[in-house]
Amino acid sequence: MTTSEPSLPRENFLNCDYSIRSWLLTTDHKRIGLLFLVSITLFFVLGSAYAGLIRTELLTPRGDVVSPQNYNKLFTMHGLIMVFFFLIPSIPAVLGNFLIPMMIGARDVAFPRLNLASWYVFSIGGVFTIITAVSGGVDTGWTFYTPYSSIYSNTSVMTMAVGVFITGFSSIFTGLNFIVTIHKMRAQGLTWFRLPLFVWAIYATSIIMVLGTPVIAITLSLVGLERLFHIGIFDPALGGDPLLFQHLFWFYSHPAVYIMILPSMGVVSEIIACFSRNRIFGYKVVAFSSLAIAVVGFLVWGHHMFVSGQSAFAGLIFSFLSFLVAIPSAIKVFNWTATLYKGSISYDTPMLYALGFIGLFTIGGLTGLFLATMGMDVHVHDTYFVIAHFHYIMVGGAIMGFMGGMHFWWPKITGRCYPESWGKLSALVIFIGFNLTFFPQFILGYLGMPRRYHTYPAEFQVLNVMSSAGASILGVGYMLPVFYLFWSLRNGPIASANPWLAKGLEWLTPSPPPTDNFEQTPVVTEEAYAYRPEETASG
Amino acid sequence: MTNHWLGFPLFPEQASSMAGRMDALYFFLVAVSGFFAILIFVLIAVFIVKYRRRDGHMPVPSGHGHMWLELVWTVVPLALTMVMFFWGAKLFFHIYTIPPGAIDVFVVGKQWMWKFQHPEGQREINELHVPVGRPVKLTMISEDVIHDLFVPAFRVKRDVLPGRYTAMWFEATRPGKYRLYCAQYCGTEHSLMTGWVYAMDPVDYQNWLAGGAATEPMHVAGGKLFQQLGCATCHKADNTGRGPTMVGLYGSRVTLKSGEVMLADEDYIRDCITKPNARPLPNYEPIMPTFKGIISEEGLLQLIAYIKSLAVPAAQTRSETK
Repeated sequence: MTTSEPSLPRENFLNCDYSIRSWLLTTDHKRIGLLFLVSITLFFVLGSAYAGLIRTELLTPRGDVVSPQNYNKLFTMHGLIMVFFFLIPSIPAVLGNFLIPMMIGARDVAFPRLNLASWYVFSIGGVFTIITAVSGGVDTGWTFYTPYSSIYSNTSVMTMAVGVFITGFSSIFTGLNFIVTIHKMRAQGLTWFRLPLFVWAIYATSIIMVLGTPVIAITLSLVGLERLFHIGIFDPALGGDPLLFQHLFWFYSHPAVYIMILPSMGVVSEIIACFSRNRIFGYKVVAFSSLAIAVVGFLVWGHHMFVSGQSAFAGLIFSFLSFLVAIPSAIKVFNWTATLYKGSISYDTPMLYALGFIGLFTIGGLTGLFLATMGMDVHVHDTYFVIAHFHYIMVGGAIMGFMGGMHFWWPKITGRCYPESWGKLSALVIFIGFNLTFFPQFILGYLGMPRRYHTYPAEFQVLNVMSSAGASILGVGYMLPVFYLFWSLRNGPIASANPWLAKGLEWLTPSPPPTDNFEQTPVVTEEAYAYRPEETASG
Repeated sequence: MTNHWLGFPLFPEQASSMAGRMDALYFFLVAVSGFFAILIFVLIAVFIVKYRRRDGHMPVPSGHGHMWLELVWTVVPLALTMVMFFWGAKLFFHIYTIPPGAIDVFVVGKQWMWKFQHPEGQREINELHVPVGRPVKLTMISEDVIHDLFVPAFRVKRDVLPGRYTAMWFEATRPGKYRLYCAQYCGTEHSLMTGWVYAMDPVDYQNWLAGGAATEPMHVAGGKLFQQLGCATCHKADNTGRGPTMVGLYGSRVTLKSGEVMLADEDYIRDCITKPNARPLPNYEPIMPTFKGIISEEGLLQLIAYIKSLAVPAAQTRSETK
């Protein structure tokens, strides 16, 4: 099927047309996924550069690298870029775009042109972000809390808000596309309970994208109305209510956390199953837990506001529901662990990333319980404990999943294998660097170091230096894959259609796939993850 | 508490009646989380070693899942989180329920400083002196953006909002000097909006109150403002003026024209001064001019202290235990 020639003779989605025009006007979901990959990688590099500067400043207690206002801009831009321009689009727009049609045996998504529009809309939002960055940045924090953002900040708040506003439509388009695609375009025999769990996870994510994203757009519009026209909405001096903003903001931004983590959970399910040669333990439970997280996740936003002056009784409801939403996450972790039991486990790079995900997500999830506990939250709210917790979820969880997925499907996407030993090294370096960066921040947080501090008391220095040292290791860890993956595009060994011997429709087609994905539309006759002959027979 | 071997702290000092309760809950959470984290790590480590891939060996399938296992790892975590929920909620209500007899301290936050005033009149900036062994209630407001007063050694924090009072309390237990921070990001110099709480022996505290420049108690200053601003013209002590009397107002229940009954607390009085006609009263014409922009946040707090001093004692107790 494949040859060892450096150039592949067979026509595929990559070599069918090399012109720039063919990329910019493509409606092929696989090419759009790659367009997103390029865009979000650029934003990831930019966001990481901000993080590097933050950690450099925090090497010493005094503010001796950047001015206070520039420091505030650094953490604001870091958060905005990483959340809205990297994490939210990362897995859905790159791997989701590439894989969802292939996993369900379809030629493309339901609305290919809407899919391309999603990338253009994202890019326009991205341009506003770049303009914001070069015109001096924003200093409101990624949370845009009012009345600081609507009245007091004298930075480019509106440019950035417009950027986030526009980018939101990209999420909505992508989510809408996936929902329709998954409902209407599954191959014959591919019932809901035969779907790979990645598809379930992206489906749940898409629901949040479609229902949640309009709220952040409305909220930022209201900030704009108050900022530009002094219409009193959030500032009490104008007759507004500052807590109203927080309710609206977190109504989107808490579910947005699940936009970031659910797709990673889907990736991890695929990887764990493949590399332990086992069906995911409790398939249906894992599938429904994604939906449960998506639904209950909409009802927990007030746990960001326990100390804000929100009604204590509202706080009780939010605390209770936050514990409920923790349960499906715990169930997933237990089921992944149980999948390893009596498996046939190999330690390839994607598996290392997936195991890293489980470990770090477990710590991130468990420390989330501290924050859902109302009394405990009083002490740790707005400290480095919170910073550590959500980085364990978003970096330890979401990005480990993204990296695992990129390695897992890299041969499928590019037709080339990456160097395996370099891959394993990167997973190890990232895991070590990550923990050294963020574990000390739990201790700092309980000690009482507040977040978003340009200068800090001297007694916190040692732990901050550890954190900065970890960040530099983490930086190296992220640079490794950029280099060897790029290198493999030309020099990697040619990949077969199914180098991991994985189950799933995407592995039935050549690597890289032809533009139309499948030469023949597949018919599904077995359950997902039928890695054991016995199960194939029964399915 | 600086660790003697490391030379830097790993755990915050305990200096209030809240600290022990907070830390007990913290250790419970650490124990539960630690147990589950280690359980998962050990299981993963054992499984990936024991079931590592061997050539030509394909073990039997482990099945499609087990109902009872799924139930166990749903119900056990759920039960544990419910313990966390109730424990945490109980502590939360304890932290924010002001005990009777607390010393009043008034706090105004602004970009980027903390202003404190004691009822006896002493003012402080970025420093707060309090006695040990007595609850201290902080009534807080911001002049601009949202701030948050945080004293890690006391394990208390609360957002300080513009336009509305928030309150919290603590009881220092050990004399000493403790850091206070602004925990809610508030702009350029956010990280400089810090200071110190000095917890003092009661005797030292009395000396501190008596020392320094001669000051006017807040309610006296408030009484003067009440005259200067012309409030007294309408709000007469004997309730014969065009507005209701302030005597006995604080802590009482006021029936509005709409029939709604409101507790006359700090926020109610503040709203009546800044937005006087928003909540009309029966039997009174809505003719009071607004004092928004005319009177500072400190002035408002002094007026409230004055009106509070006119309260009947029973009413005052009732409001503080609400």
